[in-house]
Amino acid sequence: MLNAVHSLVAMVPWVSPSVSYYALAPELVLSAGVVAVLLADLFLADRQKWMLSAIAGFSLLGAMLPVIILGLNDQSVWSMFGGRYVVDNFSLVVKGLFLLSGYIVVLLSSVHVEEGDYWRGEFWFLLLSSILGMVMISSARDLISVFVAYEFLSIPAYMLAAWRKRDLKSNEAGVKYFLLGVFASAVMLYGMSLLYGAANSTLLVDLGRSVTVAGGFSSLHALGVVFVVVGFGFKISAVPFHTWAPDTYEGAPAPVTAFLSVGSKAAGFVALVTMLYVAFPAAFSVWQPFIWVLSALTMTVGNVVALRQTNIVRMIAYSSISQGGFILMPLAVAGHAGSSDSALRAVVVYLIIYAATNLGMFGVIIAVANKTRSGEVSSWGGLFSYAPALGVLGTIFLASLAGIPPLGGWIAKFVAFQSLISSGSNWGYSLAVIGAVNSVIAFGYYGNVMREIWMREVPDGDVSPIRTHGSLALALGITTVATLAFGIIPGVALHFGDIARITGAFGG
Amino acid sequence: MEMLRDENWVLSVGTFLPIIGVIALLLVPRADEKLIKLVALATSVATVGVGVYTLFQFNYQQAGKMQFVAETNWISVIKSTYYIGIDGISLPLYFLSMVITLAVVIYSWNNIPAPGNPKAFFILILVLQTGMAGTFVAQDLILFFVFFELVLLPMYFMIGVWGGEQRQYASMKFFLYTMFGSALMLVAFLAVFFKTGAESFSIPYLVEHGGSIAKNVQIWIFAGMFVGFAVKVPMFPFHTWLPDAHTQAPTQGSVILAAILLKLGTYGFVRIAIPILPTAAREWAPYIGALAVVGIIYGALGCLAQTDMKRLIAFSSVAHMGFVMLGISTLTSFGVNAAVYGMVAHGLITGMLFFIAGSMKDRYHTLEISRLGGLLTQMPHLGWILGFASMASLGLPGLAGFWGEFPAILSAYSPAAGLNENVFRVYMVIAAVGTVFAAAYLLWLFQRVAFGEPKAEFADHGTQGDHGEDHTYQDVTTIEWLAWTPLLVAILVFGVLPNLLFKMIDPAVQGVLHAFGG
Repeated sequence: MLNAVHSLVAMVPWVSPSVSYYALAPELVLSAGVVAVLLADLFLADRQKWMLSAIAGFSLLGAMLPVIILGLNDQSVWSMFGGRYVVDNFSLVVKGLFLLSGYIVVLLSSVHVEEGDYWRGEFWFLLLSSILGMVMISSARDLISVFVAYEFLSIPAYMLAAWRKRDLKSNEAGVKYFLLGVFASAVMLYGMSLLYGAANSTLLVDLGRSVTVAGGFSSLHALGVVFVVVGFGFKISAVPFHTWAPDTYEGAPAPVTAFLSVGSKAAGFVALVTMLYVAFPAAFSVWQPFIWVLSALTMTVGNVVALRQTNIVRMIAYSSISQGGFILMPLAVAGHAGSSDSALRAVVVYLIIYAATNLGMFGVIIAVANKTRSGEVSSWGGLFSYAPALGVLGTIFLASLAGIPPLGGWIAKFVAFQSLISSGSNWGYSLAVIGAVNSVIAFGYYGNVMREIWMREVPDGDVSPIRTHGSLALALGITTVATLAFGIIPGVALHFGDIARITGAFGG
Repeated sequence: MEMLRDENWVLSVGTFLPIIGVIALLLVPRADEKLIKLVALATSVATVGVGVYTLFQFNYQQAGKMQFVAETNWISVIKSTYYIGIDGISLPLYFLSMVITLAVVIYSWNNIPAPGNPKAFFILILVLQTGMAGTFVAQDLILFFVFFELVLLPMYFMIGVWGGEQRQYASMKFFLYTMFGSALMLVAFLAVFFKTGAESFSIPYLVEHGGSIAKNVQIWIFAGMFVGFAVKVPMFPFHTWLPDAHTQAPTQGSVILAAILLKLGTYGFVRIAIPILPTAAREWAPYIGALAVVGIIYGALGCLAQTDMKRLIAFSSVAHMGFVMLGISTLTSFGVNAAVYGMVAHGLITGMLFFIAGSMKDRYHTLEISRLGGLLTQMPHLGWILGFASMASLGLPGLAGFWGEFPAILSAYSPAAGLNENVFRVYMVIAAVGTVFAAAYLLWLFQRVAFGEPKAEFADHGTQGDHGEDHTYQDVTTIEWLAWTPLLVAILVFGVLPNLLFKMIDPAVQGVLHAFGG
């Protein structure tokens, strides 16, 4: 055995992998932030622990700097570790998305964490770790690095979901999320092992080549592709793999729910897109119909069930399931040569706008829940009459989620439809019509909340105004400006969607 | 198409001025109601001012061409531009929206419906105004769509917050119907875009190239647009949201809804669906015509069955918009001219009727026809205005309604080449019967409401009622006169001098119908 290892080493001389610390700077800064939070937690006195949130926030913004600098650099691709870790424009755009939405989550959490007698240091540590995992998954171009990053972002998230230790619902949230998440990982890992068996390489680009060069693909490939898509299907809570989402969303602390519904969902999409575009481009005949069905089911089931919810967080949970269906829509035609670019753009644009809108919505939910101490939709009654600003903001975010111009959500839906129709196929047209009908159904529940805000009486007669804490107000401000700006000057979001090209994708 | 690009700032200013007013209103504290009303009034007066300037600068010799054209990048990635312009079809509707908004703002001076909050109320009205004006000047499908949708939420809140007892149901119904239509419409817009080579969303470009789309594809795309516009018009059988929305909306909401929002649908047919997809339009025309005459008769019968005055007026809208759609479905310049004229006339007249209904409701606290009566003896001015508006609505020659209705019926005698004459002549006869019904329900309404003596419960003029309410019925107030006079004058002027409008509309209609040989 030892001999075999020795001879192997002798055969393949050790070559130092190519590493560009410049391109890795965002990850390095974030890692430093993770360590800093952990150390500071050890040495800070209890009443100074509020500084931890500041450290967490600044390390996210600090990691944003190199992302911007790399984005402005003329060199557009840094390939490291033999193509297993690639920094390209696509990964930079989504890294920026993860870091900024992470920053908003920090702003949303700070009050919550301070008030709740939580283990503060560990909260920030886990949050940053999970974001680091997301940043890594956007560059991972190898089955193993994809899987490692995927676990890296998931495991802290399981713990965050169960953060309210003595709360039964929070425990349920964590356990459900963990069990189904692990199950998904296992399915995915099995799919990956099949793919490795078929392609004899873990490098995604090699996988893609093995499918194209061999001319067609084996049933082994097909099975592997399906399993991998199913694995990510859990992460993006696509129906029928969504069952964990409502309970987890309801039980987890609100800022963590915001994080899960935006950050880790986006990470799931990013990984899925990477796999589809880099590893399985030629297998589109397998995954296109599969994703078509997933997308149609996800938006329809998510919507219909959301209609019946009376708890606002559960409603938003189902709404985010159905939004996931809309994000999947363009991928159902991504294999057509004419629409692959626009599908990628649609996914990225949707993720960006959805992040801004949904985080803002959670900001409003957190602010309102601070006063009403209730998660019921009916507790929002008459919000406009005593907290007009929050009422209007809530309306803006809900309308944006519903896709009503001139708010951000409409352009997200628009580019998704555009991509579908550009394919010129009946698959595309039919899914577009299903999506159109669904966007109407969705207004049923978004409009219901608006109705509470504007048209109903205050349920308990308590009309004391709501005070919004500074950091929460900042989060609301950022998300509102983004939601409005994306809708009125959509070029901003579309620009990021446009430059986000995956290296090794069929486009270039 | 040749464009006139002089003074390209005019339309943008006219469209977005209300938004400036909204921003100003946001800065005014909620308690300062006087200032809020002043800001809203100043904004809408300034908007009408820009509108009047547009009227004067408009080149009527070239009414068929787009004027004041402005074009600049907006969403270049998806090839959509900020592209606006105005021609003889858009101009009357664009200006009408401004006048109606001003009238509504004046009317609201002392008449903010419960639960009050003038700040939010005026903000919604001004946002509505931007959406309406923008829809009439947009020359890019995506821009059109955004403006078209912009009116939805304000109207939803206006009905839902300031409306009657069933307001929440009515507002949701209104919203879901319209949104369903516009979702399919958006898909249709995208399909047109890709089928013409994915070059541009600009309407003139698509008009030029849309005809080359294969016939069966056109028919499908037209179906998507049809649903979007027909819901808005509303055409039978998509009309069921309208009686609820109209009846529950506050007076101001009903007026805006009837006078302008319904026109967005018919305008969409004239500006977008028919010129871009002429082949499909020809295939669809008989069906549109059929639905139009069904709407005429159905609306009229609905009117005869109503016991509530406001609901009656709402149903009469279904009938009147049926005439407009009949005119459009003939695809002749005669018919489309009549349709555009009908849009303006219906906007003025039905807007006026809703104002009257609102004022009567303020005074009697009911619009139950069986409880009303003797309006002419109790409030003679209001009674005569109601008579005037009813006569105009039933299409009395000499008032504006006539010129929308009569030519529309006449145009069905000889529809465009390729359409079955016999079918359209049948439509013509049915529509003519519809006018008889119209006379019946309007005269009957007027007779029941205005003639005779006031009913016992309202007869105690000038005394206190059982519950302490004031029964002093004040005739038309100064504020009401101010708000209504422009509409009343316009109804008369456009009735006597139809050519004022026709000479503006006609050249533009020729352009729209050039695919049908004029």
